[in-house]
Amino acid sequence: MHPDLLLVLPLLIPLYGTLLCLFLWQREVWQSIMTGVVQLLWLGSVLLLLREVLSAHVVSTQIGNWPAPFGITLVADMFSVLMLVAAAVASLAVYLYALQGLDLTRQRFGYFPLLLLLQMGISGVCLTGDLFNMFVWFEVLLICCFALLSLGGSKSQLEGTLKYVTINFLASGLLLSGIGVVYSLYGSLNLAELAVLVREPHHPNLPLLSMASVFFLVGFGIKSAIFPLFFWLPASYHAPPIAISALIAGLVTKVGIYAFIRLFTLVFVSDSGITLPLLAGLSALTMLVGVIGAAAQTDFKKILSFHIISQIGYMLMGLAIFTPLALAGSIFFILHNILVKTNLFLVSGLVAQRYRTFSLKKLGGVYLLQPVLALLFLLTALSLAGTPPLSGFWGKLMLAKGGLEAGNYILVTVSLGVSLITLFSMTKIWNEVFWKPRPRTDRPDTILPPVSKLRRRMAYLPVVFLLACILGMGIFASPIVRFSERAADGLLQVQPYTDTVLAKSKPEQVEESKQIHETALHP
Amino acid sequence: METLLPFMIGTLFAVGLYFILHRHLFKVILGLILFGLATNLFLFLVGGITRGSSAIIRQHHEVAAEPFADPVPQALLLTAVVIGFGIQSFAIVLIRRVYQAFKSNNLDDIRKENDTR
Repeated sequence: MHPDLLLVLPLLIPLYGTLLCLFLWQREVWQSIMTGVVQLLWLGSVLLLLREVLSAHVVSTQIGNWPAPFGITLVADMFSVLMLVAAAVASLAVYLYALQGLDLTRQRFGYFPLLLLLQMGISGVCLTGDLFNMFVWFEVLLICCFALLSLGGSKSQLEGTLKYVTINFLASGLLLSGIGVVYSLYGSLNLAELAVLVREPHHPNLPLLSMASVFFLVGFGIKSAIFPLFFWLPASYHAPPIAISALIAGLVTKVGIYAFIRLFTLVFVSDSGITLPLLAGLSALTMLVGVIGAAAQTDFKKILSFHIISQIGYMLMGLAIFTPLALAGSIFFILHNILVKTNLFLVSGLVAQRYRTFSLKKLGGVYLLQPVLALLFLLTALSLAGTPPLSGFWGKLMLAKGGLEAGNYILVTVSLGVSLITLFSMTKIWNEVFWKPRPRTDRPDTILPPVSKLRRRMAYLPVVFLLACILGMGIFASPIVRFSERAADGLLQVQPYTDTVLAKSKPEQVEESKQIHETALHP
Repeated sequence: METLLPFMIGTLFAVGLYFILHRHLFKVILGLILFGLATNLFLFLVGGITRGSSAIIRQHHEVAAEPFADPVPQALLLTAVVIGFGIQSFAIVLIRRVYQAFKSNNLDDIRKENDTR
């Protein structure tokens, strides 16, 4: 297929899916079939794009054929495509879970179209080659998050959404101001052109660039929940049902980190003497505070929410060390974390479906009743904590090795210590939910009777699917590590990226579009 | 104009932020609107203001006559206004739903009720 089409497909497929779902309003069966087809098509289109990127390194297209720094650019390199593949796998699993794990009212009133629109937003953020378009795609993604978080309108959901909307509006305002500053400094918003301009050593506005980067540090810091800007996350992620929070927890903060890494490797690289130690400090604190917060919680979902924060620290760690190996570790870790985090949320949803609670105190004895579920949880949790040979281990190994080679001993020590506390935290869930005897309650009817065998197997399907991906990622780590290394190389050496994007506006095309203009102006 | 606007934008940012931190939900809406306005004006100002001339190319000319206002910040501003409008209207509906559910406009009451449940 033509590469230009491949770049547009991940945006168009969910968009048309949404439109069709809106035509089938309130017919949840048809909507769910439609959404299933779209999920598979999305995964397929992203895999085709991956194949294209494997041979061509960077693929780019100009929408409407306007030459590069002026038109709307779509770019795919290894990093963005890997993000999209992980997102497609995770959202397929969440969709499968939602089929049986989400109440019919929520399914009927717009869950599926919102899910698809959210996926379009994710594709947009990952594929855009323009700073302002990145902001716009982020807004597309966020408005879907707002609607999904408040879908159903229970009291705790409303409270959580209120916080989420307010804090994200603030963050978007800061990003927009930052975009304005960048434009006023360099007169361009195209990421590739900016990357070329900021690497000119004698540009008069170079010292001011770090001022602009502060806007993005704070804006994306809020969106991806970096220390000290994470307080909204546990407050709003625990409220909605699992079919919603698994997707948002698993994907949306990681998209924030994606944009963060993209901008701070491509554009804001001038003052690395200041930014790198700052990022190192932030990443260490994010890891520590997240995991300590998790240790204090006694709610299944809240522990997982705090772990999101702690793992954001690891993703930032590679950026702070800024060597190819460490960045590759970060990328591997993001991919692993999207899958693992989504899976843990889904497991907590399966537990809560039967026992009607997320509280660790009220749960217990799941191991005896559902040994398979216990095994699924254990493997995923160990992978999160980073036990070899599961997938988390490889990411952490690459990060630690990169850190030691670069001489960041404190950061590596903190990250390894945090791994240990993560293991403790996962053991706590294991002990409380699965292992300890079920606490005696006044109401014996809190356990729902087991549903039919087929339905139960259907419910396990998404978790088993994700776990298979996680195990595959751990056991066959070498190709994925190679992909991550290539993605990291693409981030550190911007030459292929900028050449591919800007070369499309080289002489013959400019000439061609000029002619088109002239014929349009003087017919 | 260029000396006056920064002070106005700064004031708008400050007032918006103050209202967003307020516990009364109606004032949070006001804060969001003012903050959005402030960012939009900031975007407009930081792109450079040129008065009295737009970037329209006259007939039989190849380029617009200098000095003309840069159209890009205006285009960004227009998009940002639309997006901000969408989010603000969502926030207003959300706060109305919160009021219906909790029978209160005060964040402290909402928090208390959710904690006791």
